[in-house]
Amino acid sequence: MSLLDIIGPVMVGPSSSHTAGACRIGLLARAMLGTEPERAEIGLHGSFASTGLGHGTDLALLAGLLGWTPDDTRLPAAEQEARRRGLEFDFYPIDLGEVHPNSVRIKLAGAGEKLSVTASSIGGGVVEVSQIDDFPVRLSGALPTLLLRYRDHPGVIAKVTGVLAEQGVNVATLTCNRLRRGGWALMAVEMDVAPSESAQRRIAALPEMVWVRQLPSVMA
Amino acid sequence: MTLDDIAKVQGLASEAVLLEDCEESGLDQEEVRSAMLGRIAEMRDSVRRGLASSQPSRAGMVGWNAKKLWESEDRIGAKLLWRVQAYAMAVNEENARMGRIVAAPTAGSAGTVPGALLGVADHVGIADAQLVGPMILAAGIGKVISQKMYISGSAGGCQAEIGPSAAMAAAAVTELLGGSPAACVHAAAMALMNTIGLVCDPVGGFVEVPCVSRNAFFAVHAVASAQLALAGIESFIPPDEVVSAAAQVGKLIPLSLRETAGAGLAQTPTGLAVAESLRRQAPSPLKGPHV
Repeated sequence: MSLLDIIGPVMVGPSSSHTAGACRIGLLARAMLGTEPERAEIGLHGSFASTGLGHGTDLALLAGLLGWTPDDTRLPAAEQEARRRGLEFDFYPIDLGEVHPNSVRIKLAGAGEKLSVTASSIGGGVVEVSQIDDFPVRLSGALPTLLLRYRDHPGVIAKVTGVLAEQGVNVATLTCNRLRRGGWALMAVEMDVAPSESAQRRIAALPEMVWVRQLPSVMA
Repeated sequence: MTLDDIAKVQGLASEAVLLEDCEESGLDQEEVRSAMLGRIAEMRDSVRRGLASSQPSRAGMVGWNAKKLWESEDRIGAKLLWRVQAYAMAVNEENARMGRIVAAPTAGSAGTVPGALLGVADHVGIADAQLVGPMILAAGIGKVISQKMYISGSAGGCQAEIGPSAAMAAAAVTELLGGSPAACVHAAAMALMNTIGLVCDPVGGFVEVPCVSRNAFFAVHAVASAQLALAGIESFIPPDEVVSAAAQVGKLIPLSLRETAGAGLAQTPTGLAVAESLRRQAPSPLKGPHV
């Protein structure tokens, strides 16, 4: 956490964790889907469910799914905008077990893509994504992040980091998970700067790669 | 960095904090300074809007208090107190009506730092450009605290929000008025130790009651702590131990008093009636059993 995360973010109220953090989770989920969401099923856990209404958590999550940032003064009108864009949404309480009290699971669909994201807002607007579909992850959204879905195969990590190294892109964190040996795998690479479009295309063109998403930093 | 490290700094505490943060993040010091000046301007703007508005908040429990105080006269011969309280409430009332504010460190506690720091600066006539250093120190204190506890009411009660904000504000005011790094850190520690045990029991789950008045009170509390520290008074318990104690107590606060509106003010007959009437109005797409 940096100084500007503590005195910040600049945000629409009323709650850094329940409003700004929720908005950032929505933004990350939108970026992971990679297209305009058409349907969102939003399960609210713990304090998100019990006090979410009072904090505009629902509006903030919708705002993020619409691509609005936490300082966007349109945030209170997110519900109307979602209806205008034809985004179908449903909020319901959910028990995610032993997670942070401010947690949410968003099932998102649009343009043939679908995705489930579980994330927590851990205080002061800082967020942590803990699961994407069946894969455990640990992403903060603080840095540009490459999210790669691929077929588990020797050498994939080296090929990806090779492209990044050629570009002079420094890797801050790298996590990989697979469902089983040789099965689907997910790699999350947090970097100090986002790689160029051509680097992203080269990574997407790797034979094992099925899906590439470039997530922006949502902490600005 | 610990609070003890900051206390031992030669020169300004804020400069050491900035240097360390930039080494970590790779950001340029001037970039952070200029961003911080921008955040001070955003705080100013939220104070200005808050002092001028009497528009009710989202749940309608607050929204007119800052303006009411600002337009009243100072009846107890404490002009500084009056200003600090008005600024703090202005920010939190803006926050409660979904206006734009700067979280410091959270939105629910956003009024404390601007209330104390901008309030004191205006009282003694110090320009905003001089507030960048103290604001950086405020952030640095919050950062150290955040390494030992989650800064959120749902994780550790109000003391996990208003505690850090008061500690941050106390250190900032102390540096602004020429206090040593040790004095700044002790101001923070004394402010924090005197918030230990505060629960988070917001009426209806909204960041309105008691949050708005609480920021007015703890902005004053931060100034009071700076006053003690500037006189050379120190926290008997070493500052880093105070943070650990606050973190420990936060974990012991029952779930019902951690922003769930399950006890305290939220469960008073009036609190319950407000929650029920707001639920019936359903001002939101969120369906399901809330509050």
